[in-house]
Amino acid sequence: MFGNLDFDVIRRALPYLFYEGMTFTLTLTGLAALGGLVFGTALALMRLSGLKLLGRIAGVYVDFMRSLPLVLVIFWFYFLVPYIGQWVTGASRPISVGAFASSLITFIMFEAAYFSEIMRAGIQSISRGQPAAASALGLTYAQTMRYVVLPQAFRNMLPVLITQTIVLFQDTSLVYVLSITDFLGAASKVAQRDGRLVEMYLFAAVVYFTISCIASFGVRRLQARIAIIR
Amino acid sequence: MIEISHVNKWYTPSFQVLTDCTTSVTKGEVVVVCGPSGSGKSTLIKCVNALEPFQSGDISVDGTKVNDPKTNLPKLRSRVGMVFQHFELFPHLKIIDNLCLAQQKVLGRSSDKAVTKGMMLLDRVGLKEQAQKFPAQLSGGQQQRVAIARALAMDPIVMLFDEPTSALDPEMVSEVLDVMVDLAHEGMTMMVVTHEMGFARKVANRVIFMDRGEIVEDAAKDDFFGKPRSDRAQKFLSKILSH
Repeated sequence: MFGNLDFDVIRRALPYLFYEGMTFTLTLTGLAALGGLVFGTALALMRLSGLKLLGRIAGVYVDFMRSLPLVLVIFWFYFLVPYIGQWVTGASRPISVGAFASSLITFIMFEAAYFSEIMRAGIQSISRGQPAAASALGLTYAQTMRYVVLPQAFRNMLPVLITQTIVLFQDTSLVYVLSITDFLGAASKVAQRDGRLVEMYLFAAVVYFTISCIASFGVRRLQARIAIIR
Repeated sequence: MIEISHVNKWYTPSFQVLTDCTTSVTKGEVVVVCGPSGSGKSTLIKCVNALEPFQSGDISVDGTKVNDPKTNLPKLRSRVGMVFQHFELFPHLKIIDNLCLAQQKVLGRSSDKAVTKGMMLLDRVGLKEQAQKFPAQLSGGQQQRVAIARALAMDPIVMLFDEPTSALDPEMVSEVLDVMVDLAHEGMTMMVVTHEMGFARKVANRVIFMDRGEIVEDAAKDDFFGKPRSDRAQKFLSKILSH
């Protein structure tokens, strides 16, 4: 059955696949990881703040996001955001956000739920003496978090954070439901146009596998280095 | 300098950790707090800079009430140096940066000034060469000396020590005590929770003995070691001085 495969179709599609597709995939992954980390850290701080109401809000949000399939969130968000925007700004029509902005917001909100649990574990892994020592020196709560607790929590959790980002990198392929041209979307378009489904999907799998594998390997080396520093 | 009056602390009404503690530390005085473990001595010293809350009573430092909600606690704490049992250096920062962080962020000193001050204090505790290392690369005794230098960098008006040598290997205890003795001789006001009775004999003005959350004895050093009035203090002393 592999006799009449034409792998040359891959070579011809390479510029399109990488310049358009992979660029989008990596941009979305990077921005979503960054935004998710910032928003997730805020959620973690809310949960650990000791203020009951803030903690509850963050807790409900995290549980809610983690109980929904990502593809459904992407889908719903794409259709809802224009109406939410209309409601917020009081415009007369639904606001057009664009597929990229919509998917980016979705991933940030969704990933924040996962990053917040990682950061929460990271913050709790710091012994209570550390914030006590920082307070004793006169640092405020915000300064204690910024200069003492969060840098250590982030460092301790870096391998887990990167692993979560690798999962995110693969999950970004779900934007195909919005017909966005990410890497998988680009491969899929070429596959349909040229009727080369097997070749293109095989190639896409190899690329995702290779990148994720290299990243995982990097994480393991990083873990070894962090273990020495500590 | 430190006024502690009628301080009570409890977790539940039936679990009282401090009962009606009243004492004071005057300027230039060195007061040693001792007692069996669980007697509340660490809790009491942590109440002084409000690291531990308490339910009733008053504590004031240099005229500022620590249990007043209007008190600017970070500002007050920046003037009260504290040294912990487990050092609590910041492991992600180099030694010199451990000394500079609060100088810059709390006192607003320039980087140059903070580093100069930090290096001077490291030199004083004999650790100038270690400035660029990380805390984990130092021995326990060295880490505790850095912790003392870090507290001194803030130019504190009083120093609190919470069992500074309890987590150290025996051979490192003296290097830390030496730094503390020097400090006492220079006239620093100090409140020290410790089991090191040799240190108490050498530099303390007064000794406070605590048991089960109460201040059982609060006496001048010679009176305390000469003839402790309470049975509990006598028993405690005979136990820790017998070997």
